[in-house]
Amino acid sequence: MTTNSIYIKKTRISDYALTALIYISAFFSVALLIGIIGYVLYRGLGCVNIPFLTTVSSAVRGTSGIAGNIINTIYIVVLTLLIATPLGIGSAIYLNEYAKPGKIVNMIEFTTEILSGIPSIIFGLFGMIFFGTTLGLGYSILTGAFTLTLMVLPLITRNTQEALKTVPETYRSGALGMGATKWYMIRTILLPSAMPGIITGVILAIGRMVGESAALLFTAGSGYLLPKGSFGFAKKILESGGTLTVQLYLSMSKANYEDAFGIAVVLLAIVLAINFMTRYLTGRFDVGKRNS
Amino acid sequence: MEFSIFGNKKSISMIERIAQAVFTVCAFFAVLAVASITIYMILNGTPALFKVGIRDILFSTEWKPTAAEPKYGILYVILTSIAGTGLAILIGVPVGVLTAVFLAEVAPPKLTGIVKPAVELLAGIPSVIYGLLGLLILNPLMYKIEMAVFKDSETHQFTGGANLISAVIVLAVMILPTVINISESSIRAVPEHYKAASLALGASHIQTIFKVILPAAKSGIVTAIVLGTGRAIGEAMAITLVSGSSVNLPLPFNSVRFLTTAIVAEMGYAQDMHRKVLFTIGMILFVFIMIINVGLNRLFKKGACADDNE
Repeated sequence: MTTNSIYIKKTRISDYALTALIYISAFFSVALLIGIIGYVLYRGLGCVNIPFLTTVSSAVRGTSGIAGNIINTIYIVVLTLLIATPLGIGSAIYLNEYAKPGKIVNMIEFTTEILSGIPSIIFGLFGMIFFGTTLGLGYSILTGAFTLTLMVLPLITRNTQEALKTVPETYRSGALGMGATKWYMIRTILLPSAMPGIITGVILAIGRMVGESAALLFTAGSGYLLPKGSFGFAKKILESGGTLTVQLYLSMSKANYEDAFGIAVVLLAIVLAINFMTRYLTGRFDVGKRNS
Repeated sequence: MEFSIFGNKKSISMIERIAQAVFTVCAFFAVLAVASITIYMILNGTPALFKVGIRDILFSTEWKPTAAEPKYGILYVILTSIAGTGLAILIGVPVGVLTAVFLAEVAPPKLTGIVKPAVELLAGIPSVIYGLLGLLILNPLMYKIEMAVFKDSETHQFTGGANLISAVIVLAVMILPTVINISESSIRAVPEHYKAASLALGASHIQTIFKVILPAAKSGIVTAIVLGTGRAIGEAMAITLVSGSSVNLPLPFNSVRFLTTAIVAEMGYAQDMHRKVLFTIGMILFVFIMIINVGLNRLFKKGACADDNE
């Protein structure tokens, strides 16, 4: 006897099928990550040792090392941050504190949005012809840093803007009411309060730069030597320098998979470190938000 | 010296004005950057179009840039980018949206706490590493499948596994984090009473998810798809080696070349007209991206209007 009762739960096959699909998808996404990290560690850990990290590749001795690439990566990250951070923070301050909502703000926000959507290979092409050829910088670390500045600018701007938005309005009116000028208020109240958000943006930018390759291949080139001579460290910024990712790509295309996996391990370590740092910082940031 | 609240008003307002001017200049930097990128892409991309002829570039399939009588037809390259991106979306979006559903609706909070960081980590892995793994894991696998499928074929050119499918899989994996993150936040943004009402009417949890929550989160999911498309069509380094490197019709087991990989593979040695054609390819890619971006902007505006009406 089949009576309709609220106590008899109707079983739907489609429900089970869809639940299964949901679980499979989620499992797939996690398995993917574990698989990638596991495989890279499995193939690469054996290739990472002290000489690999502290020397440069030498055809004569037949050894390979990535010290030059590590130095290049640091150069590019530091140079880019020196240019991009003030620009990005300045831009966010203008958008959030000075500008009145309207066409100009819309235009700036729209272009920032577009800038963040442009693929890195286009930045690479633009950097190559504009900084490399038109400004005559050639294949150099400086060209690469200028190119990456364009790329990470939206990231820093947006994070700073978000951070500034969470600073309570009362802080602003309090400071202004006590007679502080606007710039003084921004410098002493807003920026320190927004600091965790700004730093998160900067760290995310570092992650993006460390992982970037297409924009650097044709701008910073592929030099792998350490700076030499008395002014070597200063002159280096005008010389070509391949970052870790570029070297990984080059090793891979030469079918030198041992070096490639060694570099991949180093890159993964950096990515993991950056991930934990942003996690820690955003955690602190959220607490700040809750207290206010 | 007299002490006065009006005393150093002048120097203060000077600093104030300088500060405001500096911030304004910073803000316009993004506009300047986008404008100069657009201008440079057009300036460098169009000459080849007119010198070689629009028909001979855009609608010709012969790509022989280094031959004595060079041919610069990039129709196959454009088709490959469109087909490859489309297929990657077709695979990546369902998996991504279902994972987002898992994170937002199905999983207990503890599990979400493990899966979500994993997805975020996936987004941070440099694209060359995806390429490296594709080359060493996917390609040998594809080669085996290829051997099995084309065992008796005499016309098939064996690619060693570097084919369209490999590239599509790598791209699908790479767009996953984007799709998952944006879909998840849009699913979480669906008002709680929608769900409550649906459950109270007797719908099961799964019915509620697929008939109420997902339709309500539609605009966010569309945004996720559009952003994923942008990421897939612009990806270069991960698929350069994985996709093989000959210009072919985008069939699953053909070695193919995308818009992005054409630039990466040949920019290093290209000369004169060949180089100019590569810039034309860059310009076409740029046009695709601009269409996607402007479309996305419209979408956001539409969404904002819909919110206003509520």
